[in-house]
Amino acid sequence: MPVIEVTHLKKRYGDLVAVDDVSLAVEAGEIFGVLGPNGAGKTTTVECVAGLRVPDGGGVSVLGLDPRRDAAQLRQRVGVQLQESQLPDRLRVAEALELYASFYRNPADPAELIDKLGLGDKRNTAYKKLSGGQKQRLSIALALVGNPEIAILDELTTGLDPQARRDTWGLIEQVRDSGVTIVLVTHFMEEAERLCDRVAVIDRGRVVALDSPAGLVSTVAPEQRIRFRPSAPVDDRLLTDLPEVSAVQRTGSQVVVTGTGELLHAVTSVLARHQIVAADLRLEQSTLDDAFVELTGHRPAN
Amino acid sequence: MHAFRNILRTEARLYLRDLPTLLTTIGLPTLILVVLGLIPSLRKPDPTFDGQTFVSYFAPSLLVVTLAMVGVNTLPSVLATYRERGVLRRLATTPAHPAALLAAQLVLALAGILASALLLIVVARLAFGVPFPRHPLGFTLAFILGTAALLSLGLLVAAVARTTKAAQALAVPLFLVTMFFGGVYLPRFLLPDVVARIGDYTPPGVQALLDAWTGTSPQPLHLAIMAVIAVSAGAGAAKLFRWE
Repeated sequence: MPVIEVTHLKKRYGDLVAVDDVSLAVEAGEIFGVLGPNGAGKTTTVECVAGLRVPDGGGVSVLGLDPRRDAAQLRQRVGVQLQESQLPDRLRVAEALELYASFYRNPADPAELIDKLGLGDKRNTAYKKLSGGQKQRLSIALALVGNPEIAILDELTTGLDPQARRDTWGLIEQVRDSGVTIVLVTHFMEEAERLCDRVAVIDRGRVVALDSPAGLVSTVAPEQRIRFRPSAPVDDRLLTDLPEVSAVQRTGSQVVVTGTGELLHAVTSVLARHQIVAADLRLEQSTLDDAFVELTGHRPAN
Repeated sequence: MHAFRNILRTEARLYLRDLPTLLTTIGLPTLILVVLGLIPSLRKPDPTFDGQTFVSYFAPSLLVVTLAMVGVNTLPSVLATYRERGVLRRLATTPAHPAALLAAQLVLALAGILASALLLIVVARLAFGVPFPRHPLGFTLAFILGTAALLSLGLLVAAVARTTKAAQALAVPLFLVTMFFGGVYLPRFLLPDVVARIGDYTPPGVQALLDAWTGTSPQPLHLAIMAVIAVSAGAGAAKLFRWE
């Protein structure tokens, strides 16, 4: 039973069609990624889910409720972290969390949340004095302080250094392990690959793919490449005869085999049968990056 | 209500934490009063002012300073900053409504204006013998309506300005005009008569304040104009206000 269902969502701003036709379903307890180039309609889609915008067409259902009609109920049950949303400069960490906790019927303990997010020694620090990573963690904490069933996190790690980004990822996994369904809007492929159970790729207002990151890679960019240095001469035909192999190239003493499916197994088996050892063997598989380029024709933003 | 109370408490803390702004808002008019009051000739009754001292005559214009600072300057720029930084939008995702934050800012603006006015009136009375407003009811009414008119104009600025910069671009001329017609830059007896008469009808309505402070009841037309400005600017702001 999905906790979020979006069907044929449409949203335009004047002449600009932000969301043309988006349908997706998010299952309870998963980390669901929404990927896409800038301006693809990701943020607009999640804003409609969060009840911040009124769709021009199509349906949105969250926890079986309507984000506009049942807004009051959903605000208690859905936590939202918006892109580029800041706090007043002089507001301190603990004050912010205590204030936001007071809005909810069944909030998390702010002090506990502060410790969990590694802001324990910053509780009396003004927002202005926090680093980018600390601001981001506070922002996540505010999205979680109401003990939500669903957390929508938009551009979670944009502007963070690699270490802070990794720390944030660890945190998100913890949150999911506590039973919260997470919708993650991102344009970092590495982030989606690491965190998401499933991703929807949105381009020009439409869903162009919806699968697990690995599933997406294997259907969209199935090409694999094996490089090795054979211990004895290899006849190309030995390899090209394999159904998994699409091409064989040689660069110096190195053999490069391209193909799909169980390529590694097929190649190593045939070499073993001919008692050839493959030295310096490396398997190169496509990443979500490649799949993304294949799907949208854009390079991801990083 | 619960959320509003907590937001108000938090915003009040932030307000008190910004000491320079706080002191300027509340203390500047009184500081100017004290500086002028130290000049002996300005404390002598003068026929130009119907036998009052210059200090008495000028005190209502000093009220305009705080009203203009808070109403058309601080309030819109704080609200525009909150909008620009996404504070209002974030609040819209929680069970609290961003209107609670707007209401809290209005309460704080009123509190600042009231504190500043009381300080001015008391210091003027104790230090320079300026009598307490002679027509208390009329004075209260003129003060409330003048304040409401300026705060509504401030809200209108906050409503139409998308960014902090845009809010300031609108607020600064409005502030200067308010101060000028309020007789802050040049005492009103030095202004051409037509300018002074216009000033009777520009918020906060300094003539009504002067009348009520020094004796007669304020003219109904002056008060009515302030009420009209307050209601129409307030309605415009309510219609145009954007939370993001």
